Amino acid sequence: MSIHGRDPINLIITGIGGQGNILISRLIGEVMLEDGYWVTIGETYGASQRGGSVASHVRISKSTQHGPLTPEGQADIILGLEPVESLRMLGIYGNPKTYVITNIRPIHPMAVAIGEAEYPELEKIKQAISELSQKVWYIDASEIAIRLGSPLLANMVMMGALVGTGLLPLKKEACLQQLAASFKEESLTVNMKAFTMGFIQNSS
Amino acid sequence: MTIASRDVPKTTQLLMGNEAIARGALEAGIGVAAAYPGTPSSEIIGTLAQVAKERNLYVEWSINEKVAMEVAAAASFSNVRALCAMKQNGLNVALDFLSNLNLTGVNRGLVLVVCDDPGGISSTNEQDSRHVAKALDLPLLEPATSQEAKDMTTWAFELSEEIANVCILRSVTRISHARGKVVLGELSNVEKHAYFDISRKPYATVVETPPKLHQALYQNLARIREIYESSPFNWYIGPENPELLIITCGSGWFYSVEAVRILSAVNSVGILKLGTTWPLPQKLIEKHMLQTKKILVVEEVDPFLEGNLKELAADMEPGRTWTFYGKASGHIPSFGENTPNIVINAVAKALDLKYTTRDPEYQQKSQEMVKRYVPPREPQFCAGCPHRTTFWAIKNALKLDGREGVLTGDIGCYGMGLGSSGFFQVRTMHAMGSGTGIASGMGKLNQFGFNQLVLNVCGDSTFFHAAIPALINGVHNQSHFILIVLDNSGTAMTGFQPHPGININAMGDPVPILDIESLCYALDVKVTVTDPYDINGTTEKLLEMLRNEGKPRVLISRRECALIKSRREKPPYKIQVNHDQCIGEGCGCDRFCTRVFRCPGLIWDRESRKARIDESICSGCGVCVDVCPQSAIVREVIE
Repeated sequence: MSIHGRDPINLIITGIGGQGNILISRLIGEVMLEDGYWVTIGETYGASQRGGSVASHVRISKSTQHGPLTPEGQADIILGLEPVESLRMLGIYGNPKTYVITNIRPIHPMAVAIGEAEYPELEKIKQAISELSQKVWYIDASEIAIRLGSPLLANMVMMGALVGTGLLPLKKEACLQQLAASFKEESLTVNMKAFTMGFIQNSS
Repeated sequence: MTIASRDVPKTTQLLMGNEAIARGALEAGIGVAAAYPGTPSSEIIGTLAQVAKERNLYVEWSINEKVAMEVAAAASFSNVRALCAMKQNGLNVALDFLSNLNLTGVNRGLVLVVCDDPGGISSTNEQDSRHVAKALDLPLLEPATSQEAKDMTTWAFELSEEIANVCILRSVTRISHARGKVVLGELSNVEKHAYFDISRKPYATVVETPPKLHQALYQNLARIREIYESSPFNWYIGPENPELLIITCGSGWFYSVEAVRILSAVNSVGILKLGTTWPLPQKLIEKHMLQTKKILVVEEVDPFLEGNLKELAADMEPGRTWTFYGKASGHIPSFGENTPNIVINAVAKALDLKYTTRDPEYQQKSQEMVKRYVPPREPQFCAGCPHRTTFWAIKNALKLDGREGVLTGDIGCYGMGLGSSGFFQVRTMHAMGSGTGIASGMGKLNQFGFNQLVLNVCGDSTFFHAAIPALINGVHNQSHFILIVLDNSGTAMTGFQPHPGININAMGDPVPILDIESLCYALDVKVTVTDPYDINGTTEKLLEMLRNEGKPRVLISRRECALIKSRREKPPYKIQVNHDQCIGEGCGCDRFCTRVFRCPGLIWDRESRKARIDESICSGCGVCVDVCPQSAIVREVIE
């Protein structure tokens, strides 16, 4: 599976402030740049950076530089670190051909945590995402990350899962090299492990 | 890896616009950089500070933007190139100096980078800084890409020296915070030698009369215009006689290209992209305007370019008329940030084309599902934030006091004191330091029957930036108010930059701490210090201070930002809710801790109908243990 023919490729990486989506966008961007692509990364914030929704837009092209924001309805891939955030992004940028790779572990917004709003059942969210996309990969990235020692590793699991789908024209080895260049020695091994665990979820 | 250690010219890097600006300054061989932090400009100085030692720079976080501009000007007067950076609000602070500096001129290259925040994503306003360039007759540059952010910055130093005056580079959030491909140039290794030539005429406006200096500025403008006519930062793409000519700058360039691509209108629409937006390159613009009858202006915040283009049009060939589309016509909104879709819709409307983002069925279905399933994520203080507990103590003290106390606010994370996170306590919020000035004024209204208490909150960095003069004003005029300094040991909102109350400077060198207590003692202001985690103690201290009226008093609520602390230390306590004691909905008019106190670490467990701790969020501060009326929350020291 691949969407190599599309240009630009619009990848949106979404999650909650602090989950590390910006790091994924930088790592993917660096690898693609190395391969000779034009890459632009932009960010959109929801109501707040303190615990609010954050999305990184990664726009990849063979021919030219694109703007930092994806036009509405033009996402090719949505990588979600939190399930309702994936759905939120589909609501703005999705189309019937959008691919979604999403973590299934919810993070409750304040309104839900204090009992003033409801968080939908996971099955309902899954159904909605599936209806609004071409194909979805569901990953329990937080569970894998916690088993590896920290929920914060979920971002690397999800990056591995994205690369594992083969949707993007990049190689696993190039990503691992980029990880090696970006992480400090003491945290590199576990991040590489998280990436690899994510990768094998989706590669066949 | 830092931008300066990548000393390999012609290699490509993925740089944030602000990093590209910093890199451009290094390629121009700057010696000095100064700023006060402000989103979206902060990374410029942050990046330069990281390489200060290896590139022999002097980089400082100044106390405010006016001083930053003065520090940069001092370098320029003394034969060293300098850069000053700020956000749009900061420009107002620097403006008093800048509107004299333009008259005296400068010596070596001096570039002022102003990063505007269209849509006010991280700001209290969405002011357009470009008007200042026009008002002060200074040259203005607007980069449209990361590459241009670097190249323009380097060239801006040349231009500044050519005209012996300040050059303004205006960026916006989507340029400063976007990452794009940048081909590096060579780092400058020119030796810097600081020397102030005392034989030259003084840098002072009164040496010659201000009107004479003003006249010289006008003559300069004509020279700049001539230079701009052939600038590589202006270009045109499209057919020779376009049906529609888009004239754009900055962030509008990418949106315009995207709109033309998506609408398949390359054969009918031309784009004139301007990087030099004041003074405008008249001949270049005239040449392109004469090829069309319809013009769409795409720019962010105010119709600055649009107005100036219409001025030019009025002086062109008699009888020529154009239909202008833009903010005045309503094709582009006059407020808020631009988006690709705003520009796509504007181009479609100007060409009389129909554009829909998605097929209507998908559009409707996706909107319904988002509405049904996606809950909002509202802004909030982090778990363990000391601001929450200070606001809690303020709320309690004012309630116990019962005199409808008025709390004035300021700029920082604690601006959220306006909302549920700060229990709706803050009543005013404007510019940095304004809360103190307003408190000083309100505290003098007693002769008109005003008998409410006046309180003001400001952060530690804000205290140094602009609150001190207002506090002195209160002392001199014997105003009745309490200034509560929310001292969380850093400029938290913009990324924990140091300030005079911290023991290191921008370059990481140790410096003496200027403590707020001593400053207040020197002003003969009574100071009380409190730990906001001690809610009862803080409330009592406040109540005591509320009783002693007479003149300004200061309460320093001191506790390090929980975010900084959590990066360094493990939580002190393991917190748990004892479900035998928690009375859930029966507590304090329904779920006291989750509904009223609202720490994100405390969550409502729908199954047991009791409160619960979310251990992935809880910072282990233990404050909720003291808040719970049932003593149902317990803490256990983590060894």
